[in-house]
Amino acid sequence: MIIKEEIKNIVSEFEALHSGQFASVVAATPAFLKNIYNQSIAKFKSIGLPNRKNENYKYLDIANLFTKNYEKAITPTQVKVDINDIFKCDVPELDTNAIIILNGFYFSPDGNKINTLPSGAVVGSLSQAIIDYPELVEKYLNKSAEKSDEGLVALNSAFIQDGVFIYVPKDAKLEKPLQIIHLMMESKSIMAQHRNLFVFEEGSEGKVVICDHSLSPSEFLTNSVSEIFAAENAKIEVVRMQNEHNSSKQLTNTFIDQQKDSDVIINTLTLHGGTVRNNLFVNLNDEGCQNRAYGLNLTDRNQQVDNYVYINHAKPNCHSTQLYKGVLDDEAKGAFSGRIFVAPDAQKTEAFQNNNTMLLTDDAQMRSKPQLEIYADDVKCSHGSTSGQLDEDALFYMKARGIGDKEARMLLMFAFAHEIISKISVEPLFERVNNLVEKRLRGEMSRCNNCMMACDTNQKNN
Amino acid sequence: MSNKEKDQEQILRDVTQTDYKYGFVTDIENDMIPKGLSEETVRLISAKKNEPEWMLEFRLKAYQQFLKMEMPKWAHLNIPEIDLQEVIYYSAPKEKKEVKSLDEVDPELLATFEKLGISLDEQKRLSGIAVDAVIDSVSVKTTFKETLGEMGIIFCSFSEAIKDHPDLIKKYLGAVVPPSDNYFAALNSAVFSDGSFCYIPKGVRCPMELSTYFRINAANTGQFERTLIVADDESYVSYLEGCTAPQRDENQLHAAIVEIIVEKEAEVKYSTVQNWYPGDKNGVGGIYNFVTKRGICRGESSKISWTQVETGSAVTWKYPSCILKGDNSVGEFYSVAVTNNHQQADTGSKMIHIGKNSKSTIISKGISAGFSQNSYRGLVKVLKGAKESRNYSQCDSLLLGDKCGAHTFPYLEVDNRSAIVEHEATTSKISEDQIFYCNQRGIKTEDAIGLIVNGYAKEVLNKLPMEFAVEAQKLLQVSLEGSVG
Repeated sequence: MIIKEEIKNIVSEFEALHSGQFASVVAATPAFLKNIYNQSIAKFKSIGLPNRKNENYKYLDIANLFTKNYEKAITPTQVKVDINDIFKCDVPELDTNAIIILNGFYFSPDGNKINTLPSGAVVGSLSQAIIDYPELVEKYLNKSAEKSDEGLVALNSAFIQDGVFIYVPKDAKLEKPLQIIHLMMESKSIMAQHRNLFVFEEGSEGKVVICDHSLSPSEFLTNSVSEIFAAENAKIEVVRMQNEHNSSKQLTNTFIDQQKDSDVIINTLTLHGGTVRNNLFVNLNDEGCQNRAYGLNLTDRNQQVDNYVYINHAKPNCHSTQLYKGVLDDEAKGAFSGRIFVAPDAQKTEAFQNNNTMLLTDDAQMRSKPQLEIYADDVKCSHGSTSGQLDEDALFYMKARGIGDKEARMLLMFAFAHEIISKISVEPLFERVNNLVEKRLRGEMSRCNNCMMACDTNQKNN
Repeated sequence: MSNKEKDQEQILRDVTQTDYKYGFVTDIENDMIPKGLSEETVRLISAKKNEPEWMLEFRLKAYQQFLKMEMPKWAHLNIPEIDLQEVIYYSAPKEKKEVKSLDEVDPELLATFEKLGISLDEQKRLSGIAVDAVIDSVSVKTTFKETLGEMGIIFCSFSEAIKDHPDLIKKYLGAVVPPSDNYFAALNSAVFSDGSFCYIPKGVRCPMELSTYFRINAANTGQFERTLIVADDESYVSYLEGCTAPQRDENQLHAAIVEIIVEKEAEVKYSTVQNWYPGDKNGVGGIYNFVTKRGICRGESSKISWTQVETGSAVTWKYPSCILKGDNSVGEFYSVAVTNNHQQADTGSKMIHIGKNSKSTIISKGISAGFSQNSYRGLVKVLKGAKESRNYSQCDSLLLGDKCGAHTFPYLEVDNRSAIVEHEATTSKISEDQIFYCNQRGIKTEDAIGLIVNGYAKEVLNKLPMEFAVEAQKLLQVSLEGSVG
């Protein structure tokens, strides 16, 4: 375990970067952003990075991930080749408005950094939005994240530069899902920290698909923050597909701030990635909110996936559901930590939390901490957690009907994962993920087999 | 406010004003040492008890460990800084001479036990419980010693055991809860004054329930007792523990250790009814209860069953645990924790599966009322070698009133694929439908709530030995009845 001294070193390194190389970035920004920078770096200095003594990070040593000397990406990567030649979305039939974020910066092939869609929605680069829509950005940026006492979030806020900005005006509906593609591509080991800001005004609707990919075999560390604001009656669905290689470390922090009668679905599918930590913070700020958070991870080899969910029921009459499932193979490590917080007087709250994990080998490890913290009496809250293997009775049932052992196991596992996949409402994406998971479970396509990067061998050579 | 609501308010008031019935103080001459904690204190306690050198060494080592530790902060509890220098670490009813029979015991002391309803009296022999009573941390009287001795069962105070059975104590003391285990365990190991020791030899089924009654009497004292139970191959014992304290304005400290060692095919059933003084309805006074309880199923097919009814204490910090080392061993934990007024409880269990095919069950029922906070915290850990092991945990919380809190913090760590671990928890309140149903059948709201709460806790109360079950049920009634708002 990392000692506190080392965390101090990491923190002072970032501080030096902030007051040194980054100072010119700070100088060129509007006053409100300067405030955020100054507050956040001070906050990061006082909190530092979590180590395993922190109950929320008991099973993943975050500080340890930072010990490798990553180059901090604070200028946009210049790409000489057309990115479309290298990267092709593996869901070609997916009809979306796509946005690319490369190494933490908005990448636009045509140089157009911000667009207004026919529906009136504004979509584009956050850095451009700071210039074009300063009032809007000032009103929302960091408003949710600043309440958090997470060191990782403060670190991201201290270095906000670019990311995706989405603004959907009152009663507007996004005509197509927006697809955000986060790419990591660099010959060196780099660290990127992009920042996304989604604002959905009253009665607006939209779907956002976020894909995380790495395109070169170097070691990457990403620490991203996404803030999502859902005003009254807004309806949002976010699907995140994480598909990075084995030597990438991905830390995501997602804040969802919901107002009256809003409805948000967030689905996190972790298909691949060396070390993944997803923090999700949901604030239900007014009555009638509904939040559904789903997660699925199919994890093998030495991968590690750690999901953390915090749901704050601040007001009465809100509903929340969390369902996280995982299949762990080889020596994979999984962790789930969820907390439902019901504030005093948040009566008639309904909150349900479930975590189910299947372990396929004796070397796989699962850690689960479903937690309830309840201060109101007229509530319906429950949580459950299971960890184990396939139901022998169900297997027997199928075998008795002539289905082979292997096929029966596959079917059961697929049914297990399907409960999460079926929540994806973007049709082509659902089909694609469905196929992907089936192939993966059949062992036909361990992603690594037909990947050119061979990051496993790469890792060993290091 | 409707009539019904008024009634319920009234009932709530009545209940919260129910006096703590064990809140008397007995005027017994005490032999106390000055307050404060230092190496000197540790040496003084050891000297007072005429302990052999090895025991003093054990204490001093523990004290050194303790100095390196900090008070744990992770529990969901709000505990004001405890000044350990303000505590008196040794207080014993003054012994004038060796007591031969009950007639020679201080009548004040007997009266105390009379009030507590403890069957020290010969005539109560019929109730068939062997009692070791610990008052202000010193064991005053152990009954039925001879009868048990005939079967080879050793049941005596800890100090006697140190004198009479040093080999057993040396072998087992600290075997399950080493002094370095945690802050309070280290403190206890350094300053513990007395407790009970029990050894059940091979193949013996203890014919009666063994019982310890703890009582803190003198002001400003801390009680630090130790219980050590060893069950040899194929033996069985059922052990009861009860606790009470007088009403005082200041907080008193109780930090105990219970260690259980269970060998092959043996079984130990440990039941607790904890009713320390919980403080008054404004949260003034009450006992701080920091207890480390742990048992190890060393042999094959051994079994430990913890049952607890927790209604007292201002602060409870307690996690009775089982280390399931033997193959096919079984660990059980049944708990009802009731908090009212300003009480706080953070309690639960740990099940560590090491042996193959080991099984554990956790049933925890939390009931919170008033301004209290009630948390379940538990760990189920399945090691790689614990093939085919099984755990089932169920933690239910019942909220009575909207100013209290109920929390669940389970930790599940699974390291092999053949293990099945399940955890379920729910939080609810007594529904108006349930009360209406009872009212309609002529049952008063107050009785209806008692009925529902008892039904809710039945699964756990059923596990208590008969003598305790009745008391526990009454306690539940006193602590809670009608406190639904």
